[in-house]
Amino acid sequence: MDKQHRYLPTTEEDRSEMLEAIGVSSIDDLFSDIPESIRVTEDKTVELKKALSEQALTKHMKRYADLNVSTDSHAYFLGAGTYDHYIPSVVNHVLLRSEFMTAYTPYQPEASQGELQALFEFQSMICELTGMDVANSSLYDGFTSLGEACNLAVGATKRNEIIYSKAIHPQAKEVLKTYAYGMAYKVLETELDKTMTDLDDLKQSINEQTAAVIIQYPNFYGTIEDLKAIKSLCETTKTLLIVMANPLALALLNAPGKLGADIVVGDTQPLGLPMNFGGPHCGYFAVKKKYMRKVPGRIVGQTTDKEGKRGFVMTLQTREQHIRRDKATSNMSSNQALTALASSVFMSTLGKVGLTEMAQQNLNHAHYVKNKLKEKGLDVISEENVFNEFVVQCKEPLDKLSDKLLNENIVSGYDVSKDIGIENALLLCVTEKRTKEEMDTLIDVLTKGVN
Amino acid sequence: MHTTYSDLVFELSKKGRKAYSLPESSIPNVDLEAILPTHLHRETPADLPEISELQVMRHYTALSNKNFGLETGFYPLGSCTMKYNPKVNEDIARYSGFSNIHPLQPLKTAQGALEVMYHLEESLKEVTGMDAISLQPAAGAQGEWAGLLIFKAYHEARGEGAIRRKILVPDSAHGTNPASAVVAGFDVVEIKSNAEGRVSVDALKEAIGPDTAGLMLTNPNTLGLFEVDIVEIANIVHEAGGLLYYDGANANAILGKSTPKEMGFDVVHLNLHKTFSTPHGGGGPGSGPIGVVDYLIDYLPSPRIKKEKQSYTLSHKHEKSIGRVKGYYGNFGVNVRAYAYIRSMGSKGLQQVSEDAVLHANYLKARLSPYFDTPFKSLCKHEFVLSGTRHKKLGVRTLDIAKRLLDYGFYAPTVYFPLIVDECLMIEPTETESKETLDAFADALIEIVNDVKEKPDQITGAPYTKAVKRLDEVAAARKPVVRYQKGTQAK
Repeated sequence: MDKQHRYLPTTEEDRSEMLEAIGVSSIDDLFSDIPESIRVTEDKTVELKKALSEQALTKHMKRYADLNVSTDSHAYFLGAGTYDHYIPSVVNHVLLRSEFMTAYTPYQPEASQGELQALFEFQSMICELTGMDVANSSLYDGFTSLGEACNLAVGATKRNEIIYSKAIHPQAKEVLKTYAYGMAYKVLETELDKTMTDLDDLKQSINEQTAAVIIQYPNFYGTIEDLKAIKSLCETTKTLLIVMANPLALALLNAPGKLGADIVVGDTQPLGLPMNFGGPHCGYFAVKKKYMRKVPGRIVGQTTDKEGKRGFVMTLQTREQHIRRDKATSNMSSNQALTALASSVFMSTLGKVGLTEMAQQNLNHAHYVKNKLKEKGLDVISEENVFNEFVVQCKEPLDKLSDKLLNENIVSGYDVSKDIGIENALLLCVTEKRTKEEMDTLIDVLTKGVN
Repeated sequence: MHTTYSDLVFELSKKGRKAYSLPESSIPNVDLEAILPTHLHRETPADLPEISELQVMRHYTALSNKNFGLETGFYPLGSCTMKYNPKVNEDIARYSGFSNIHPLQPLKTAQGALEVMYHLEESLKEVTGMDAISLQPAAGAQGEWAGLLIFKAYHEARGEGAIRRKILVPDSAHGTNPASAVVAGFDVVEIKSNAEGRVSVDALKEAIGPDTAGLMLTNPNTLGLFEVDIVEIANIVHEAGGLLYYDGANANAILGKSTPKEMGFDVVHLNLHKTFSTPHGGGGPGSGPIGVVDYLIDYLPSPRIKKEKQSYTLSHKHEKSIGRVKGYYGNFGVNVRAYAYIRSMGSKGLQQVSEDAVLHANYLKARLSPYFDTPFKSLCKHEFVLSGTRHKKLGVRTLDIAKRLLDYGFYAPTVYFPLIVDECLMIEPTETESKETLDAFADALIEIVNDVKEKPDQITGAPYTKAVKRLDEVAAARKPVVRYQKGTQAK
């Protein structure tokens, strides 16, 4: 390079001093162990040829960012697993603390107490919300958490079959199938009854080989499934109940742990994480105590230092790949610690009352839009038991409506026509962020010309 | 740094306090009773803290003060590439057009996001020499798993799936390698290293056979040594009908010098949170894109980004694909940062990165070798290992030396890994540390081991200057307390 790069502190003078100390005469000598035949000899790069200055870089990247529609300009009625929620300013300010952001996995607990304590608090909050005994300190996202849950269930029950409700997220199904391909177990889908799991079909599908049943709560279509009834179907065969839950909804809904869930997973994206075009989000994973030693990923535990003072460490590490290698419960190493921290800060900020209040606003808003659409003549497919999403049948093709709504600075919902076999079926999400004005505009566009 | 603050956030809580504000809403209240049976209502609110906004900030600031980050000081964790995480990339990732966009919004409203992903893929193709990239894996271990599922699908397509059940893994490999092989459904066969710390070609020849699905290799390996026999190794594996997997955790040593493709690898993952500077976040999020050679493209995770004449789109129809490994398109926000880094460096800059990283490692190794047992004498690449055998004989273990380093204001190196080195310290200085820092670290480590004979207790009693003294990890595992429970928590 002609010039010293801003990220590289080593000068020519440093280089010659270091080379001398090593006892070689050139940088090339340090690479003499790479056989000639596999060396890159000339720079043939096109994409990464030129280094950009900071100003040129921000200009370049801003241009890309500005090509996208974002929540700055548009009101989103699109949910389907990723949600536009209120994120208090403090969340980002905590994340920007470089002591958290630039650290790595807390291998030396005495120098990483902050991170460890924050993750211990995260685990505690997840246990509170889900009603479970033990939670880990995060996995990649909700769908991979579900895949890991199924691997656990298959291992723990020594059975070879997983049944999932058709009403779980379509991408969760895809990820699950990839996990099942890896570990060679079967996955079966049960039918829908409108926008809910068909309990008769589920009952007939469960057998002695069923390791677990997967239910989303509220489900992909926004409908709140009756976990108690589903649990009772699992009992005779000792089939495990895996619940994939929206953690915000759990502020209002009975905790899956109280309704018999064995494993609860999901994504904490609704709790303080920007949508980020789908990632990074944050998978959570919680179990009943009896499965504690089978949990994938990092778990933080409380202990004391040699003077008896409270402290925190990564614990139960004999489950993990860096100790047990091919005997580990999972191959997870990196997780989503920083996004778990974000959700912890979010939960600390909203607190006991705020989270409930926010969830209640979601409920109110979604029901308002749903009832208005019904009043104005649209066929609402969902029943009354929805949280912040529901399915409505529109009178026009959905892509046409989507364009109309974009003109009103609104991002429309998600097309579920194929999933539920009803033409122009739209999954709408109404969070606490949506104003009455935005809701009324949406209602107007969707019902224009409908009698 | 030496705060005594130790309250849990729950212990600050007082009924009635709050740190949030939600706008007033004129929308009528919905009574849960009216829409749901009672057994589905939450019985009692989740017991989350009730604190003020300042209390939130004080709490997390106090915690951050008890945490050592890369900007606190030197962080020489081997195989983790703890390099500087450029601040401007944080600004860029927070542009609303990147952070506040929905993964399922119409693609015509997300062209800028797809374009960034496309260019990142093109850049990573040049770095690795591979023919196609998928950005979907969320971390290195997920990349490994995805790559091994591609091995599996490839062998199945050739009618050899039932036979090729074994993955060969060197004994120096990262723990994720054998663990990933198992969750991809393979059996693991360990290959012994030779006396020079490299894959033993003889052991490889002995282990390989018609049941081999492939070999996983890190190059340079976890001892920091380049596998000089890589061309022969690749030939042996390919001739036996197996495939080669490149664990890219150590790619920081080879940028602009060689590529996994040139070395003969078929599938590769890169850790963007290592080589490409995205923050480690205390353990994540990372990003672990994979690259493949042309005959494996059809097996990549779905969907894939496609450039059309004027626009970018996603293609979902790949019959042979192993499917989806993660939601949406991977850790997009991490990928944006990595792309910004790559553009900041350019090809010459990336080559300089590897040259300085390797120079720094060899320099530190030269300075420290006289004070430790150095199992492998040859030049290293971006990291190296030392053994503390001689200090252990005097009653001071590598763990003690690591803890004592914390008192000198450094994070500790990776210790007790790789498993094949007794009392191992694995040190990776990276290119972004100055010579002054490297010297200060070497001076500290030399001072510590010079104390081994005279003041062993001082070392085994460390650390002294952190928020807590040495922690009892055995007790934590024996009687696990993994969540706060009101009224029962010891302080």
